[in-house]
Amino acid sequence: MGDDKQNIEIQIQGLSVKYYKETILSNLNLEVAKGSFTGIIGPNGSGKTTLLKCISKELSPVSGRILIARKELSKISTKELAGFMGVVPQKWGANFPFTASEVVMMGRFPHLKRFAKESKHDRMIVREAMTQAKVLALADRPITEMSGGELQRVIIAQALAQSPQILLLDEPTSHLDINHALEICELLKNLVLTKGLTILAVFHDLNLASRYCENLILLKEGRVYVKGTPEEVLTSENLEAVFGVKAIIQQETYTGKPYVFFFPKVEKKDIHLKSLQ
Amino acid sequence: MRKIQTKQQKYSSKKTTLLFSLLIFLVGLIFVTLTIGSAKLRLSEVMRVIAAKLPVIGEYYRGEIDPIDQKIILEIRLPRIILAVMVGSALSVTGVIFQGLFRNPMADPYVLGTSSGAALGATLAVVLNSNLTLLGLSSRPIFAFVGAMLATVLVYNIARVGTKPSITVLILAGIAVSAFLSAITSLLLFFRQEEMGRIIFWMMGGFSYCRWSEVKMILPYLLIGLLYTGRFSRELNLLLLGEEKAHQLGLEVGRLQKRLIFAAAFLVAAAVSVSGVIGFVGLVVPHIIRLLIGPDHRSLLPVSAVAGGIFLLIADTLARIIISPAELPVGVLTSFVGGLFFIYLLRKSKRAG
Repeated sequence: MGDDKQNIEIQIQGLSVKYYKETILSNLNLEVAKGSFTGIIGPNGSGKTTLLKCISKELSPVSGRILIARKELSKISTKELAGFMGVVPQKWGANFPFTASEVVMMGRFPHLKRFAKESKHDRMIVREAMTQAKVLALADRPITEMSGGELQRVIIAQALAQSPQILLLDEPTSHLDINHALEICELLKNLVLTKGLTILAVFHDLNLASRYCENLILLKEGRVYVKGTPEEVLTSENLEAVFGVKAIIQQETYTGKPYVFFFPKVEKKDIHLKSLQ
Repeated sequence: MRKIQTKQQKYSSKKTTLLFSLLIFLVGLIFVTLTIGSAKLRLSEVMRVIAAKLPVIGEYYRGEIDPIDQKIILEIRLPRIILAVMVGSALSVTGVIFQGLFRNPMADPYVLGTSSGAALGATLAVVLNSNLTLLGLSSRPIFAFVGAMLATVLVYNIARVGTKPSITVLILAGIAVSAFLSAITSLLLFFRQEEMGRIIFWMMGGFSYCRWSEVKMILPYLLIGLLYTGRFSRELNLLLLGEEKAHQLGLEVGRLQKRLIFAAAFLVAAAVSVSGVIGFVGLVVPHIIRLLIGPDHRSLLPVSAVAGGIFLLIADTLARIIISPAELPVGVLTSFVGGLFFIYLLRKSKRAG
């Protein structure tokens, strides 16, 4: 038990968030182990993005506390936080023509003193981040001329250039083609394995989440409905209760992870029969 | 690695070259504009007058100078030229600040009502005939500063109703606040009709009354404003990525925004209190510079400061000679050019969606 406490990177106790009068998160408790890859899943409006925004200090909760590496989040300055936590938002774009390498270099901001120039060391980190996110070829291209997928990878490179210990991602694969989506997921998995990063990512695609995450958190109406391994979380009972759909779970032959097939609830008999034929 | 580095180095050396060429061009331009005016002077004459003022080598020239030429050059033309450069820098840098703050290349102190706020403040100072001074600073810029600050905060808060200031709301808010403040200014003038002619001519934007006392009046504002803004060039870059992203990269966004509004109001106050409302300098100059060297504020700020000085000096010189011997208010000229430019940008942004 003592060892477990040492290993907790993000600890959330009794977190509640309201937006105007609507409750988004209510009394949410959560622990994320250091060096784990955790996926957050749940239907729209279940509070996935809000949860990430609380951890990145963009939203302040009505009540509850968040501890990062056993330190109270409210006592960590914005700049200090950015020195060990990278965030990849869901949607991002800019209307000024910075080049990709300029944007990625901005990831070094939390580590730079006010008038300090970027050192060789900074440039090396930027280059490594761009190599990992596969955007080195785009280095001199203005971000205003990039596709959604390219932008997404540039912004992932920027988060990596922060040299983070924790990475928060909000649907990191939603703008990406399947090949890039898989590449990004492989990259994230490798960062956890080789560098011991703690990754917390919102996933829209349950099967990607199942394949890559060690742990899943299923949210429903601002609460943790269930958490655990993909096998424990992705059951037809859980998915029916949270998403309101019929789900069939099979074991994927390639990875051995659960694989979900969905059917609308209303016509479940018809479709069920058809699918069995 | 090597490829990226050399490209970056080439890029940054290109920016340094541009900055220095512009500075040299500005100095040359100052000498040329010193010769222009109703009394035509030769460049050699100008050189001699200036040289006589310099230490050490000045000794050799003192005897050969016509005192009338000297008076024209040193007491009439030079302060005016220097003021035009200073005000051009201030307005251009304010444009850069606003465009970063609102993440929109169309923001400008004139469009957003900051200039009207400063004008109201300065008019109030004139009307009240205030002799109040603070730490040796005269009252007109102080009043102008307060006016500029209030106008900007007002527009900023109206436009920020959503999460991100939309340009349509921003411009509308600017127009509304600007109209409201101008109405109050007119009201003030109505009650002080004996001052009206002078104030209206000043408000149209011009340097014809400017002497060394005005240079002294705004120099501290300009220096503080420019140096203070320069501290935040890296932060301004982050801000261009959006408030959310800037926060995620470690920037205290709210604090930076307040500081930038403060710096902008300071610069606009300096400009408006000597030369009235000169529109669109902050729109045209940074836009062109951004096309040349990209959006990085570490070079955009200094280059825009110099280019703004050049732009307004050329405009003021044209204003002096276009309908010579009479003079056009330079604000009319810049608004003529800038207004057309603004319409062009508006059409372009509409096409881009």
